[in-house]
Amino acid sequence: MLELHNIKKAFNKGTINEKRALNGVELTLDDGDFVTIIGGNGAGKSTTLNAIAGVWPVDEGAIIINGQNVTGLSEHKRAKFIGRVFQDPMTGTAATMEIQENLALAARRGEKRGLRWGITKREREEYHEMLKSLDLGLEDRMTAKVGLLSGGQRQALTLLMATLKKPEILLLDEHTAALDPKTAAKVLELSDKIIAEHHLTAMMVTHNMNDAIKHGNRLIMMNDGKVIFDVKGEEKAKLTVDDLLVKFEQASGTKLNNDRMLLSE
Amino acid sequence: MELFLSKLSTFGNAIPGDITQGLIWGVLAIGVFITYKILDFADLTVDGSLGLGGVVAVVLITNGVPVPLAMFIAFLAGCAAGFVTAFFNTALGIPGILSGILTQLALYSVYLDINGKANAPVSVDKYPLVLSSRFVTAGNASADIIKTVGTALIFVVCIIAILYWFFGTEYGMAIRATGCNSNLSKAEGINTKRTTIVTLVISNGLVGLSGALLAQYQGFADVNMGRGAIVIGLASVIIGMVLGEVILRKHFNFIAKLSFTALGAIIYFVVLRIVMLIGLSTDNTKLFSAVIVAVFLAVPYLQKQSRASFAKAGKRSEESLGAGKESV
Repeated sequence: MLELHNIKKAFNKGTINEKRALNGVELTLDDGDFVTIIGGNGAGKSTTLNAIAGVWPVDEGAIIINGQNVTGLSEHKRAKFIGRVFQDPMTGTAATMEIQENLALAARRGEKRGLRWGITKREREEYHEMLKSLDLGLEDRMTAKVGLLSGGQRQALTLLMATLKKPEILLLDEHTAALDPKTAAKVLELSDKIIAEHHLTAMMVTHNMNDAIKHGNRLIMMNDGKVIFDVKGEEKAKLTVDDLLVKFEQASGTKLNNDRMLLSE
Repeated sequence: MELFLSKLSTFGNAIPGDITQGLIWGVLAIGVFITYKILDFADLTVDGSLGLGGVVAVVLITNGVPVPLAMFIAFLAGCAAGFVTAFFNTALGIPGILSGILTQLALYSVYLDINGKANAPVSVDKYPLVLSSRFVTAGNASADIIKTVGTALIFVVCIIAILYWFFGTEYGMAIRATGCNSNLSKAEGINTKRTTIVTLVISNGLVGLSGALLAQYQGFADVNMGRGAIVIGLASVIIGMVLGEVILRKHFNFIAKLSFTALGAIIYFVVLRIVMLIGLSTDNTKLFSAVIVAVFLAVPYLQKQSRASFAKAGKRSEESLGAGKESV
């Protein structure tokens, strides 16, 4: 489904601030894989997702989605394969547009946009049903501006938007990090549900090791711009936080240095 | 008292002309609304594309081209100006404001290349112009006055209708999304460079059309006719938005925003007339527009500041602590 071959990316090349963010990422996801990604500060977790989404071109390597080489495609051209939810609830929605307009925008991801109506009556009915299933009361506020919603509501809406048109791959970039624990748990639960329902292939960056263990069928750990640990299935299900800390020390030779991660245990 | 009455009658006679002028500038203001409010792009091309539209229309009309066709070509000339600014910004990476300034400056020369000199007259006696200031002054029959104001109104209404439709289409919605959140737009597969180009082209096309109407109305195009146009456009948008928020509140929807932008332009010219009757000299009209924009931009900010002010918080704290504990 998704193949990353030897992905390399450096920022501020040739300056004193040069930062080699990705140092040869190798990863192959199977259809329906739900991978959680953990790692220390600056390990390259979010950078990997940005490389897949095409926020900037990579320096080296190839990105293959469903057999197609997308390495040379710009962000908006790649969008048809990818659904994304961001850390900042502000990023994933258009605040000054209505809830239903945001959904209509997402329903046309990767399609040619012409002079047909931006939202049809039938769509409105469909969105009403979908919003109802979120159980947040949004179905009665379809013409409200998204800017009026809370962070949790916005993330739930963004999840719906990202999966409205089934993506080849769903990228969740610490999408619960800005939410309070209770809301975060709800949004995670919703993520699980949507991924299972649509049999999606997904990657989720998180700083919460318990979440990383609890969710998904596969876990990878990154350090210094590389994948250093990769488990799936039975073996992954049996992991504990202590196992992960030991694994990290073995694989990287240093203690895990993610301040937020240690706090959230 | 007599002086007051005579001024009142001057004002009454001038109103139809001011409304017409307001509607013509309303077309420009709607163009400014599209870039400034929808795309979130401060486009200064406007100062150049207004004069360009004016001179293109006048030169074509005086060379025998039918008036509607001349106006359409003036619209296209404005579109081209918008495209140049968009090219500077999206293809060459020049910041938006600077891109507009560059085009605006270049258009000054383009104007002189087209016309050869600063002033380009066009007489309503010789050519079938769509409107003229000649027919909205005191001595005119009311049928003429209504026809002139009506013509300008029809242009504004048609433009609002077309834009209302356009921004409800898939592509129009993509433009609105680009202005609101360009990161999201790219993630949804929108080519944000292209939406920026299309918006600037449409906006400046409208400004070019406004220039064509204005040149006919005043009977000439002038190389300086667009100087400060962006400020008048912004003033109209801001007046319209403030009024709309106050009057319509929750019901201030998209079509109302377009309409109130044109209304803002009318109010601008009516208020300008009033302050001129009171004694503002014509030399000071630009000062007036600058002050209007500054005031309308400042008021919401100052209101917010006064609601959340440290000085007031300090006073409240003194009150709650009781006497004897004054703030530092």
